[in-house]
Amino acid sequence: MAMKLTIGPIPFHWSNERRLDFYARIADEAPVDEVYLGEVICSKRAPFFEPHLEEVAGRLQRAGKRVIFSSLTEVMLRRERQATEELCAMEDREIEVNNAAGLSSAGGRAHRIGPMMNVYNEETMRWLAGRGAAHFALPVEMPRASVAVMAETAGELGTGLEVQLFGRASLAVSARCYHARAHGRTKDSCQFVCEEDPDGMSLKTLDGQPFLTVNGIQTMSHSYVNLIEELDDMQALGVTHGRLVPHSIDMVAVARAFRDVLDGRISPAEGQAALQALDLPAPFSNGFWHGVAGHRRLAARAASAA
Amino acid sequence: MTTAELICPAGTPAALRTAVDAGADAVYCGFQNATNARNFPGLNFTPEELEKSVAYAHERGAKVLLAVNTFPPAGKFGLWKEAVDAGARLGVDAFIVADIGVADYVARQYPDRRLHLSVQAAASSPEAIRFYCENFGVRRVVLPRILTVPEIRAIKKEIPCEIETFIFGNHGLMVEGRCSLTNYVTGLSTNMDGVCSPAADVEYVRDEAGNMTTRLGPYTIDRFACGETAGYPTICKGRYRAPHRDDGYYAFEEPVSLNLSRLLPELMAAGVNAFKIEGRQRSRAYVSRVVRAFRQAVDDVRAGAEPAFADLHALTEGQKETEGAFRSKTWR
Repeated sequence: MAMKLTIGPIPFHWSNERRLDFYARIADEAPVDEVYLGEVICSKRAPFFEPHLEEVAGRLQRAGKRVIFSSLTEVMLRRERQATEELCAMEDREIEVNNAAGLSSAGGRAHRIGPMMNVYNEETMRWLAGRGAAHFALPVEMPRASVAVMAETAGELGTGLEVQLFGRASLAVSARCYHARAHGRTKDSCQFVCEEDPDGMSLKTLDGQPFLTVNGIQTMSHSYVNLIEELDDMQALGVTHGRLVPHSIDMVAVARAFRDVLDGRISPAEGQAALQALDLPAPFSNGFWHGVAGHRRLAARAASAA
Repeated sequence: MTTAELICPAGTPAALRTAVDAGADAVYCGFQNATNARNFPGLNFTPEELEKSVAYAHERGAKVLLAVNTFPPAGKFGLWKEAVDAGARLGVDAFIVADIGVADYVARQYPDRRLHLSVQAAASSPEAIRFYCENFGVRRVVLPRILTVPEIRAIKKEIPCEIETFIFGNHGLMVEGRCSLTNYVTGLSTNMDGVCSPAADVEYVRDEAGNMTTRLGPYTIDRFACGETAGYPTICKGRYRAPHRDDGYYAFEEPVSLNLSRLLPELMAAGVNAFKIEGRQRSRAYVSRVVRAFRQAVDDVRAGAEPAFADLHALTEGQKETEGAFRSKTWR
């Protein structure tokens, strides 16, 4: 079966207007099968878009997309605990759990395991599948050799297996908000300064070399993960789903490029060219997949020989 | 008030003996491979060394906790099983684990052995902690260094296990077990390989003016003026430039050390069962001084006396200390 494409939860603090426009376009135009909704990074941001979630979910579903609600990555405060519990209690929604706080309440029902849940091996996967996990999104740093084993196990268990195909990689999360810190504020007094940076705030080395991206409590890569030339290999291994992480660029064009390569309408090289034409503000990387430093980009030929 | 245990780092057999002699209630250590989160060259134990070390500790009334606290990547789980099996055979008192698969393995194979949840599991809510207690019989959780004392007190009331907190040493600020910064730069993973800023990728470069640049892989992490002490290039402790901070600033945190010595009475009153001193990579002299000072302080608090401290200040990184999140949430 051909790999399904998903749109991951929006990691950045976009305005409601931008979010509504984004999902309207995804619903109408993007050749993706599934869309993850919900705030996964910062619980302070969550209330803004919450009133629109049902409406957006309905719109996506009418367009034939499957909708999954993702839970917070970091759960510590009362409001974060409550949000996680409430999400897990909504039985009419399909959910993706991103913190162990959600595992107890999700245990009795079918659920998905998000990429921040650290499912690195087949033993952990089997254990969670035994308690209702039906789909696993793997950590972005997993190398191909381990994904291959995970895909085999997912096949035996009959669960979905998802790998991030596109977008900045989540490299760390913290209790501290680095967006607030850059502006001399704290998490409690942040005034939502992260909204100024729709693709995150760039961190450069002292030599001016672009390095990392700050997104509130999250630190992401500067480079954009791009595995379009690895799609054939990934499908052959048995990866069932590929995730596209939303950025402010034309995500419909991104989805089309990946879908066209998956369906054989264009070659991987043509897909690569289509993505390059989007004129991203950062280079592509595929190092994690190939088991080398994540920032690196191995050329297709060198990669297939590796 | 609890009678808090003092949990001390043992990077080598010699450091283990030093910590035990200095008054550790327990020491924690790991094998010489990717199964523990301090997989640094020259550190950790062979099975033979662990066997002798367990005997040394037990003869003196101290416990040995084995850290098997990384996340085995698919296809390599066998190495983690071997570590657990060896630890059980050699008589360690508890396993410190983070991965669900590893926790399940210990719980099934060695149900009588104590299981501690590593800080690498990042369990920072009662729900997450209870999940590990209920499913794997976890007896103690090592809390992330991101909670205030009142938050720790509140958590204690809602969980069925003991609490261990860090009190001294490196001040990790990224949520542990969720950091891929090192892998992004070097190709070695903190979670899968137990490596953070590996020395083989570190470079110190001095320019003509005498400034020292520290690099990790292809990235500059910090730069120090002539005469300043150059810190080890750990990514989350470097200086960077942001659009509003073109001068270069500590984007994540100043290089400070955690020192909760003044909070010991409050932490014990909050129900903390064990205090952890970080630093398996530290020298024997360091371990000896820090353990002795905290042994005395904990004993003073237990006896109802004001704890007096020898000069721990000089042992902290860059001479600067913090109480981090423990004192106030404005730290976040």
